[in-house]
Amino acid sequence: MTAETSSAGPFSGFDLVASGPDIARESSTEAPAPDRVPPGNPSVTALREQFPDAVIRNEIHAGDEDVVYVAPGRAREILEWLHDDPDQHYDHLADVTAVDHGGGRPLEVVYQLWSIPHRAALRVKCELPLDALEIDSVTPVWAGANWLEREVYDLFGITFAGHPDPRRILMPENYAEGHPLRKDFPLRGRFSRAEQTRRALTQDPEDYYAPGEIADRTPQVVEPAAAEASEAEGAG
Amino acid sequence: MGLEKTGILGAGSPAFLTTRLDFVVNWARRNSLWPMPFGTACCAIEMMASAASNFDLARFGMERMSFSPRQADVLICAGRVPYKLAPVLRRIWDQMMQPKWCVSMGACASSGGVFDAYSMVQGIDTIVPVDVYIPGCPPRPEGLIYGLMMVQEKIRGESLADHAELRAEDPLAVGRPRADDEEVADLTGPFGNSTHQNRVSGLVETDAIARAEDRLP
Repeated sequence: MTAETSSAGPFSGFDLVASGPDIARESSTEAPAPDRVPPGNPSVTALREQFPDAVIRNEIHAGDEDVVYVAPGRAREILEWLHDDPDQHYDHLADVTAVDHGGGRPLEVVYQLWSIPHRAALRVKCELPLDALEIDSVTPVWAGANWLEREVYDLFGITFAGHPDPRRILMPENYAEGHPLRKDFPLRGRFSRAEQTRRALTQDPEDYYAPGEIADRTPQVVEPAAAEASEAEGAG
Repeated sequence: MGLEKTGILGAGSPAFLTTRLDFVVNWARRNSLWPMPFGTACCAIEMMASAASNFDLARFGMERMSFSPRQADVLICAGRVPYKLAPVLRRIWDQMMQPKWCVSMGACASSGGVFDAYSMVQGIDTIVPVDVYIPGCPPRPEGLIYGLMMVQEKIRGESLADHAELRAEDPLAVGRPRADDEEVADLTGPFGNSTHQNRVSGLVETDAIARAEDRLP
């Protein structure tokens, strides 16, 4: 008796799942699933309408991940529109990275975007031919792109035009063997181990961790007048 | 009179006073080793466990981890060292005062381990002189304690008479590789062609198929 009441009660859904595949098969024959429309991101359509000549193609990976390939020359403009347009509002740049597929194929720069208000993810890719590895920096749009673009430059050798601080970030500043994540880069580096050791020891750690560099970054200071005004507003 | 002949530290054959002095000095040194922890990776976790209460390095005189190299006696390099960190390691070693010893803890510090790659120092003995190598990935705390006890055994056999020879260090060699080119090449040789170059680079001819789409139909 207790079992009957429990199956009719709030746990009936649990019983349905637990009773095996027969019921599930039955329900699927009764109500066939509608044609699965890929849960496409509306930004893809909007991008195609807004930039019909710059959007090269789009793909859906792994079921629900929208990838848009755009022309590298207009990437900055497109990404800025994706950031500023209120219907898109991709205010969080999750990652900037690059892919080298090897074999002389173009390098891909990958921008992984996330819109916090719309809860939507979008991946924008630009294909750069090996003889023109340059693209506009998006650091003015998302400040967080600064170190990410430095990393892509360091490891892939893609230069970002207009970057405020285009230095290497991971490898030493005097690293002369190239860009290590390229497919044509030998695993153990280009120089001999003796040369690598000698070069490593001739570098000066203070070159990278200089106190002056940290001191130049002025901390964010709230003006006393502005703070008082906001307090007065809150009190009023 | 005997002192006048040989000197108090015994420049020639070890005198009675020298050996007794050696015993006392070595007893003091080996029972108050202060480690300079240079932990860069998972080996450092085992090093922390060694210092914690279960294993308790303090039983052997490593009472205090000295986070200043100027007050340390033994450098424990625990973990992998990339080339970018190599000058830091070398400078810490150069800042430590004599007498000093060095322990290379784990496979990566001793030989580069599995990281036979462009960015990794293939054994810290190309950077600093190493007294004891501890194998393991990572070594257990017992392994580290055993290695430090081997350092203690090494100190037990030292003599002040040959101090200049044992502890010699060229002031001009500060910040330079410890070994010459041939020795570095010998120490850092690859373990086999499988790790020498990657296949996709095309620099090494192999029959292996690098990419799926390169397979013949």
